[in-house]
Amino acid sequence: MFRNTYDSDNTVFSPQGRLHQVEYALEAVKQGSAAVGLRSKTHAILLALKRSTGELASYQQKMFRIDDHVGIAIAGLTSDARVLSNFMRQQAMGERMIFNRPMPVNRLVSSIADKAQVNTQEYGRRPYGVGFLVIGQDQTGPHLFEFSPSGNSYEYYAMSIGARSQSAKTYLEKHYESFADCNLEDLIRHGLHALRETLQQDKELNVNNTSVGIIGPMGQHEKPISPPGSFRILEGDKVEVYLQSMEKKEEAPAPVPAPASVPDAAPAPGSDEDVQMSG
Amino acid sequence: MIMPDMDSLAHPQERRFNPYTENGGTILAIAGADFSVIAGDTRQSEGYSIQTRYAPKVFRLTDRAVLAVNGFAADGNMFVKKVKQRLEWYHHAHAKDMPLRAIARLIQTMLYARRFFPYYVYNILGGIEEDGTGAVYSFDPVGSYEREACRAAGAAQSLVQPFLDNQIYFKNQEAAQGTSHPSHLPLETVLSIVIDSFTSATERHIEVGDGLEIFIALSKGRTLQGMESIRGLQELTVTEDGERLFVMRRDLKKD
Repeated sequence: MFRNTYDSDNTVFSPQGRLHQVEYALEAVKQGSAAVGLRSKTHAILLALKRSTGELASYQQKMFRIDDHVGIAIAGLTSDARVLSNFMRQQAMGERMIFNRPMPVNRLVSSIADKAQVNTQEYGRRPYGVGFLVIGQDQTGPHLFEFSPSGNSYEYYAMSIGARSQSAKTYLEKHYESFADCNLEDLIRHGLHALRETLQQDKELNVNNTSVGIIGPMGQHEKPISPPGSFRILEGDKVEVYLQSMEKKEEAPAPVPAPASVPDAAPAPGSDEDVQMSG
Repeated sequence: MIMPDMDSLAHPQERRFNPYTENGGTILAIAGADFSVIAGDTRQSEGYSIQTRYAPKVFRLTDRAVLAVNGFAADGNMFVKKVKQRLEWYHHAHAKDMPLRAIARLIQTMLYARRFFPYYVYNILGGIEEDGTGAVYSFDPVGSYEREACRAAGAAQSLVQPFLDNQIYFKNQEAAQGTSHPSHLPLETVLSIVIDSFTSATERHIEVGDGLEIFIALSKGRTLQGMESIRGLQELTVTEDGERLFVMRRDLKKD
């Protein structure tokens, strides 16, 4: 599959009608560590797996606050992510200043999609090498969007991007119909299970490598923030209680686990009911 | 027959758009040991007319910083919006709120950047410092600033500031024999001084009146002792740990 002659210039189509530079940019997103997004009627959440270069290094930040009502998780080139998230922040702040209301989420996502598209059509510019999962809340409720460097954006009930994200997608496809009525804790549990699917054999989710972003009313384990329902990122010890609420990892993930498979560790204070994975 | 105005024929006339106007009103801030009080009346006027009886001049920036702006209302309102935007950028970059003395310095740089077309605004920044003490910073329109124990600004500044100098700094009065003036006043006393300042200013200055809005910033861990008797106190902060911010409103005479 030799594509070499058509893939160094952004402005050259291949005979099959493809822009290879854009496709290579999508590869960069697939190289980043996984991020998962899902939503219910009341909340939209993001979960991200943070990577570190080694035991001595810190973990790469995967989530950014854009405004009170919008947050993002990134996969791909972090430097490109910073630039685009800065742009999103400017857009959101500008809308608030000019129109005296928070920016509608779909409009915000379209603004970076349009910005990214320019880099797929201008000679000499390379596409952005980062993809986003954007969660937000506006008058039409909670939302989840995917943004990709091709300039496409699309709304989802649940989505995942980054390395081995297909495994997470499979989990999400299996369970997404139950998300709408989930409470926040169950939604996070689903998200963590989906994220866990993307891990390599001997790895596990822990307080250092897991990041949770939430939009929507305060959960059981949270303290009040202002304004209520704002985007917040849970990291470190704050994630512990949700990690504890996960099902013990089995060889083949069961669709409906029996109560007997509750983890050996003492259940966290919040999870006092049987894990409901479907229905 | 009226004699024509010979004087105006003697020199050329020039009509220009005046970008500024005075909207009246008065603001005041007093710093305590572990609290800060920032107040402003709510009347907005132009000349002898009242534009509105309720136009806020005192704004919450963060849970521990409050900015009062007085002078030209359009510049004041826009300046507050721009300060809030800068604070939000800081929060994005550092994941925490800006400390009060940093906000004060920021305000100076923002004002001086417009040295040759200034914001016609007298700013008073009040709140809680990083070390937990109550603080008041006052500014001139081009950014000269200073930390003080108390400051009044605006239309009735000349009525209120001398009263504060006497009641807060105890100027021109001697303590009773064998005693000394307290170095810090309690919150109840400060609130009485604030309310009396405004009711008195309302009596004698036409641009002051209608309503009074008082913000109270409390240091972390300070109890609400002494505040139970205040009616109409509304909390703006959501948690009990950390600094707390309250607002109260009172009526002032409408004539």
